Amino acid sequence: MADQNGNPLIRARNLVKRFGELVAVDAIDFDLQRGEAFGFLGPNGAGKTSTMRMIGCVSPVTDGTLSVFGLDPARDGAKIRARLGVVPQQDTLDMDLTVRENIIIYGRYFGLSRKQLGIRADELLEFVELTERANDKVEPLSGGMKRRLTIARSLINDPEVMLLDEPTTGLDPQARHVVWDRLYRLKRQGVTLLLTTHYMDEAEQLCDRLVVMDKGKIVAEGSPRELIGRYSTREVVELRFDDSRPDDFGYWTEGLVSRVESLPDRVLLYTDDGDAASHGLHERGLVPESVLVRRSTLEDVFLHLTGRTLIE
Amino acid sequence: MSNYLLALRPFEFFFMQYKRVWRGTAITSVVTPIVYLLALGVGLGVFVDRSADLPDGISYLEFVAPGLMAATAMQLATFESSWPVLSAIKWDRQYHAMLATPLRVRDVLLGHQSFVAARLLVTSTVYLVVITAFGAVESPLGILAIPVAALVGLSFSAPIAAWAAHTQTEVSFVAIFRFVILPMFLFSGTFFPITSLPAPLELIAYLTPLWHGVTLCRELTLGEVELWSGLLHLGYLLAFTAVGLALARMTYRRRLVV
Repeated sequence: MADQNGNPLIRARNLVKRFGELVAVDAIDFDLQRGEAFGFLGPNGAGKTSTMRMIGCVSPVTDGTLSVFGLDPARDGAKIRARLGVVPQQDTLDMDLTVRENIIIYGRYFGLSRKQLGIRADELLEFVELTERANDKVEPLSGGMKRRLTIARSLINDPEVMLLDEPTTGLDPQARHVVWDRLYRLKRQGVTLLLTTHYMDEAEQLCDRLVVMDKGKIVAEGSPRELIGRYSTREVVELRFDDSRPDDFGYWTEGLVSRVESLPDRVLLYTDDGDAASHGLHERGLVPESVLVRRSTLEDVFLHLTGRTLIE
Repeated sequence: MSNYLLALRPFEFFFMQYKRVWRGTAITSVVTPIVYLLALGVGLGVFVDRSADLPDGISYLEFVAPGLMAATAMQLATFESSWPVLSAIKWDRQYHAMLATPLRVRDVLLGHQSFVAARLLVTSTVYLVVITAFGAVESPLGILAIPVAALVGLSFSAPIAAWAAHTQTEVSFVAIFRFVILPMFLFSGTFFPITSLPAPLELIAYLTPLWHGVTLCRELTLGEVELWSGLLHLGYLLAFTAVGLALARMTYRRRLVV
C-alpha cells in the first residue's frame, strides 16, 4: 500500500554517505511502502546506521536523493522527524529521570501537552510492561527494560514510521524475544517498521522484505523466503572436525551437494536434502567430529553473497 | 511557533533534571557567599580597612562582595557548560534524543544556555540578598548587579559550551578551571584593584570579561556607576556572549550533524 499519490513513504535513489575518504553508503536505491516491515541486514560497518541516520534527518545526505513522506530531509528535517519514531542503536535515555519522566519529556520535545502526555505515557508503559517501574530511575533497569522504554518513548508521537537501529543488539535471548514480541504487535497494528540488524533470525522474524547490505552497497533484495530460495539451498549440513579436517572437499562431496563453504571453524554443505548428503559422506568414509543438518537461513544467503559471515 | 520558543523544550528537560538536585545547589548558593563574606569581608576586611586606603573610603566588605558575586557566576557558568554539555553529547547523549525529534541544533544550544542563564539569575539573586544582609550594598541600583552577574556567567558559559562541544574528552575542563578560571578569579579585580598588578598583567586583566563584570557589579552596588563606562562594560560582556554563542553554534553543528 502506498500513500494517496501511490508514492512510497521513503524513497532513496543513488543515496551516498561519505565521511571524508570513507564511503559508508555507496549509491543505494530502495523504497519503503506504508505498512510494511522492511529491514537492512548486514554486518557491522555495512552502512546500515548511516542510512538510518540520513532517513532520521540527523545526518546530511552526501549525494543522491532521499525523500521521506515526499519531503526533503535537507529542507524539512524537523517536519519529517515529527512523524518518525526513532529507536537509536545507543540508548539516549536520561539516567536521572524516572521511566515515566523520560517518556513525558520526550513527548514535550514534540510539543505535546503535559495532560495528553500523562495519559499516553501510561498506555505506552503498559504496552512495554514497565508500569511497575514507572516511577523508578532509569539507571538500574536491565538492558532489555531500557530498550523497551526507548521503544515506548519512540511511540509517543504516534509515528508513521518507526526507525529501529539494531533494536536487540546486546540483549540476552529472553529480552530479545520480549522486544520482538512488542515489535510484532506494532507491525500487526499496521505500524510501518524500518529496522537494521545483523541478526538473521531477527530479520527473518520481523521483516516482510529486506535488503542485504555489505560495504555500503545493497547486494540483494527480497522477502526472507525469496532470498533463501534464490541464494541458498533448502538445507545445510554443518560439519565440524577435530584435527583430521580434509583439505579437498570437492573430492569428498562430488555429486552430493550443490555448494561448499569452508569456514575456519566448520564446513557448510548446501543441498536440498541434508540427510541424504550426510549419509552419502558417511558411505564415502568421511567421519567428521559432528554433523548437523539444518534449514538454510539468511546467514547462508549472506555468506553466499559476500563470502563472509554476518557476525565476525 | 516562533523560532526561539522551541528552545523552551530543551530548557524544560534541563529544568526537570535540575529539580532532582535543586536542594543541594540551593544550600550551596546560600552558604558559599556567607562563608566567603565571613572570611574575606569580615575577617580579612578588618586588617585591610586598617592598613589600606580603598577608593572613596569604602570598606573592604563593600569592595569584595560584588566582585565575589560576579566571580561566583563565572564559576557556576563554567561548570554548567563544560561537563553537562559533553555528557549530553557523549555520555548520557540527551542532545541526540532531542535531535531525533523536531528540535534543531540551535534549539538544543539555546535551550541549554537559557537554562544556564536561569540558574545564574537565581544564584545571583541569592548572592545579592546575602551581601545586602551583610550590609555590603550601598545603592538600590545594586539590584541591577543580578542581571549583570548573570551576563558575566553567560560570557563564560557560551564560549565554554563551544569548547565542550568540540573537545573529545573532559581532561581539558580541569585545565580550564586551573589555568583560566582560577587565575581570573584571583587577578581580575575581585580581591584587589588591578592597578596593583604589574603593568602587563594589568593589561591582561582589562581584557578579561570578569574584570568588566566585577567592575560593573561593584559600581552598581556602590551606586557609583557612570553611563558610558557602564555601557562599555556591558557591551564587552555581550560581545563575549555573542561570539561564544556563534562559536558554539558552529561546534555543536560540527559535532552533532555528521
